[in-house]
This record gives sequence, C-alpha cells and structure tokens, in this order.
Amino acid sequence: MKPSPFDYVRATNLTEALALLERHGEQAQILAGGQTLIATLNMRLSAPDWLIDITRIPGLSGITLTETHLVIGALTTHREIERSALVAQYAPLLGQAAPHIAHAAIRNSGTIGGSIAFADPAAEWPACCVALDARFVIQALSGERRVSARTFFRGLYDTDRAAHEIITAIEIPRERAPRRSVFMELARRHGDYAIVGVALLGRVDQGRLSDVAIGYVGAGATPLLAQGAMAALEGQAADADVLARAKAALAQDLDPSGDLYNSPATKRHLAAVLLERAVKQLLA
Amino acid sequence: MTLPEAEITLTVNGRSVRRRVEPRQHLIDFLREGLDLTGSHVGCEHGVCGACTVRVDGRIVRGCLMLAVQAAGCSVETIEGVSESGELADLQSAFHQRNALQCGYCTPGMLLCAAELLETTPNATRAQIREHISGNYCRCTGYQAIVDAIETTLTARRAGRTAD
Repeated sequence: MKPSPFDYVRATNLTEALALLERHGEQAQILAGGQTLIATLNMRLSAPDWLIDITRIPGLSGITLTETHLVIGALTTHREIERSALVAQYAPLLGQAAPHIAHAAIRNSGTIGGSIAFADPAAEWPACCVALDARFVIQALSGERRVSARTFFRGLYDTDRAAHEIITAIEIPRERAPRRSVFMELARRHGDYAIVGVALLGRVDQGRLSDVAIGYVGAGATPLLAQGAMAALEGQAADADVLARAKAALAQDLDPSGDLYNSPATKRHLAAVLLERAVKQLLA
Repeated sequence: MTLPEAEITLTVNGRSVRRRVEPRQHLIDFLREGLDLTGSHVGCEHGVCGACTVRVDGRIVRGCLMLAVQAAGCSVETIEGVSESGELADLQSAFHQRNALQCGYCTPGMLLCAAELLETTPNATRAQIREHISGNYCRCTGYQAIVDAIETTLTARRAGRTAD
C-alpha cells in the first residue's frame, strides 16, 4: 500500500533535528534507514505528520575505536557492520549476526540505531547489544546521556528513549582479548524474522567456560539476557549435566509468546536446542 | 487540504532530473509513474519480494522502502540504465540461455540483485548465491535456473579475468 500523506524535512545537523523533534513531538518520526519505518507507513500501521530524515547529518555514521570502547555511529548500516574489520576484531558477534538480518538490499540501507530505537524483540542487534553489555548514547537538546542496553529495553517496542531524543551511537566495551562468540537463529526462510535466536559470548580455558553472556532474540517482549543459564555455565566444563542445568534455567530466563506457527512451548524448546548448539560451537 | 510537495533533483541512469513529488511517494512509483521507467516492478510494497530492487549510489535498495525525496542528490540506476550500458549483458544472456525467467516479473530486480553479488563476491558458491537472492521472490522458476544462470556468469567472468 501507499503511506498516508506526511511532510518531510531533511535535517542538516543534530541540533536542527532535535529542535524539530521538540516542536513536533509525537507527530514526528525519525527517518534513518527506513527499512522498518517505511514498511509500517506503507501498511498504515503508523501515520506521522512529519518525517525527520537524519541520514545526512554528519558524524552519526561510521565505526571507530576509543581507549575503552568500539563506537558504532547510529547511522551505520547493517552492511557496513557486516564488512567492518574493526567489528570483526573487537566485536565479532556483530559480524556473525549481520548476515541474519533480512536481505542484502535491506542491509544496505537499514541502520543499527534504527534497529535499537525500534526495539523489535525479534531483531538481532538489540539482543547482541544486551549480550555485549553495550550502552547507547542518547542526545536531547538539553544534553547527552548514556544508557546500558540491559536497562534500555523496557517492554514490547518500549524503550528508555523519549520522543525528543535521538540515539547517536552504540558503545561496546573493549576487552583485552575479545571473547569467543556464536550467533545462531532459527527462521523458516533465510532473512525472515527469527522464531528464536541466541547470541553467546564466553571464554574457553581448558574446556571451562568463563565470562559467559547469553542474549536471546524472540524469546520475550524485549531482548533478554539469560542470566540463569549464564550462571549455570560460568566456570564449568560444559558436559551433559551442566548443559542440562543451563537449558533448564532457560525456563525462568525466557518468556516467549506464541506466533502464528510456534507456541510458547515450541519456542522454549527451540531456545534450549539453540543454546546447546551454540555452546558446542563455542567450544569447538 | 493541499498535500505537501517537495522539489527534488537527482540523477537517474546518468541523466539529471528535477521534479516535484509528494513526500510520501515511493522511489519506485516515482521512477515508474514520474519518469516512465516501468522496467522495475512493484510487488508487495513492504520490502519482502524484491521486485522493486533498484540501485541508489551504487548499492541495491528496495524501491518501496525508500521515498523519492530521500533520493534527492543521489544517483539512481534502473534496469533500463544497466541494460543500455551493457553492464549486465552476460548475465542477461545467461538468464535467457538457462530459462531463468518465465513471466519476467521478478527479473529486473533479480538481475540487479545478482549484479551486486557478481561485483562483491566473485567466488560465490551456490549456497551464497541462494542466500544473496533470498530476498527476491520468483514464483515461476523454482530458483534452480536462476542460480544456474548466476553461477554460469560468475564462472565465465572469473575465466575472463584469468584470460586477461
């Protein structure tokens, strides 16, 4: 379908975009890559009066390294992350997750900031950011603040970002030696939203796991950190007993709702299957 | 109520174009209806089928997930442009030979999508070909012949490079 009418403004700097957001409030939507927003406009699931295009604002795109963090500008596309040597070195999990996001043409346009702001629990970046303990840089006219990914996602499509704020960057803590990582998801067809997916991080020393972090895609109203399963695996050799305990802990960690094809029970089962596969791959 | 309008200037298939558009108009509708470039097709209109695939600043995008106003200042290429330039003549010929189309509705998008793979992944495997075109639906061929055609072109181009 075609979107209902709206007006469009291309912001040339961040202050202008923030001022427009302040003025138009809930009547305005920020347009970044547009790969979700324009689809929802087409289906008339939303009908803003204004689209504020932030894609030409300088400085919001690109991947850089600071003393403490890998910094990914909010307008960095999925494709740029997929191909980034810095990401491959400092946050390989993101490079592993990127190919699962939709299709090439959509990865060319869609942005990480847009994905975080939209906060779809079935999307890849939010769960990765939760697992990586990333933080988001959020800008308002009144100033800048940083929020942990682990507290940013509050409910279904509900986040800590206020309507007058813009996410400008994603900051991922640098590690002296990056942990091993595995990203896996189950989908009916390549590029579809995942039924369920997992982002696993950890170190392996003589068969024992440490610094384990597990983020789940599509297993609740928000991206979830599977803290029970993390505790079950931490410091352990992942033998059959330990894996069974970790999988059992997912019962408390996850809270999936059913969809057209999969009941909550099916998703719980698949989440446990994925965990075992991911741990085995991490150890391999 | 008068609908909002914006004036945009962009390059389409190498020609500079200036038009007034409604901000809500999709790039694909602008190309088809505003410029009569009807080679690109409209399918699902929510980014799933890939029939509207065009190139913007050298990268493939969904013409239904981009507004014409967003393309202001950009360089857009459609199947008409790349057919005229001959850039994809070998791929198009392979599609003919392998019978990689029947109704042809998906073909312009499929060709532009495949072209990006030819460009970026010259050693692509069949699995990579399938993954790359997974966002472009074909309802006639069952994909086998399309994968064959793309693979044939990849192989021929590699051989061509070796011969150079």
